[in-house]
Amino acid sequence: MVKPTRVANEIRALRAAHGDMTQAELATRIGVTRQTLIAIEQGKYSPTLELAFRIARVFDVSLDDVFSYPSDTED
Amino acid sequence: MVYQERNTWSGLVVLVVAIPIYVVMVLQRAGGGPLEEVDWAPLMLGLIGGGIVGTIVVSIVWGILAGMRDPETAGRSDQRDREIARMGDQVGLAFSAIGGLGAIVLCALEADPFWIANTVYFGFALAAFVGGIARVIAYRRGLV
Repeated sequence: MVKPTRVANEIRALRAAHGDMTQAELATRIGVTRQTLIAIEQGKYSPTLELAFRIARVFDVSLDDVFSYPSDTED
Repeated sequence: MVYQERNTWSGLVVLVVAIPIYVVMVLQRAGGGPLEEVDWAPLMLGLIGGGIVGTIVVSIVWGILAGMRDPETAGRSDQRDREIARMGDQVGLAFSAIGGLGAIVLCALEADPFWIANTVYFGFALAAFVGGIARVIAYRRGLV
């Protein structure tokens, strides 16, 4: 059984806030396939740090605005 | 479905078809007699070559059909594909090792080359199958 990642992301909301950017467009801009972007959005794939930075840069926000990780007290 | 996932499925399909064909052909040629007397080498090598060619053909045909529907995924792969491939290889490696270990034991026991070759072969086949299944699961359920 694959453990779901605890890393949450706001990619869908950020796409919506940036003129309803499509998954295909964002995927092209960060250099991955649309399926990989879908997997990231759904928490089925944890991107590399470099890829995470590329996503943040597209939206011109910090990494924390895209990804979050629960603190131990939130367990 | 992305390019590398299609390739993984192609390999699995060919493997699932090819192995029973090999077993049936060996049994047919043995005709109820000892399996060691079957001329297994041309069969096995033919099957390995046929399997490689078959996987390539299925991948190409499937890729062309999929590319007509979604050109974006026709031949692209990315970081996730590489990570999934690496994970599948690691999973499969354990089963290759079992085949290799089995072959060493059979050599020590001075078994017939038929059994040694087939142990190695089925070790590889099992590694490819289990590694392929692991990849497919990673594509479908996630890799985190």
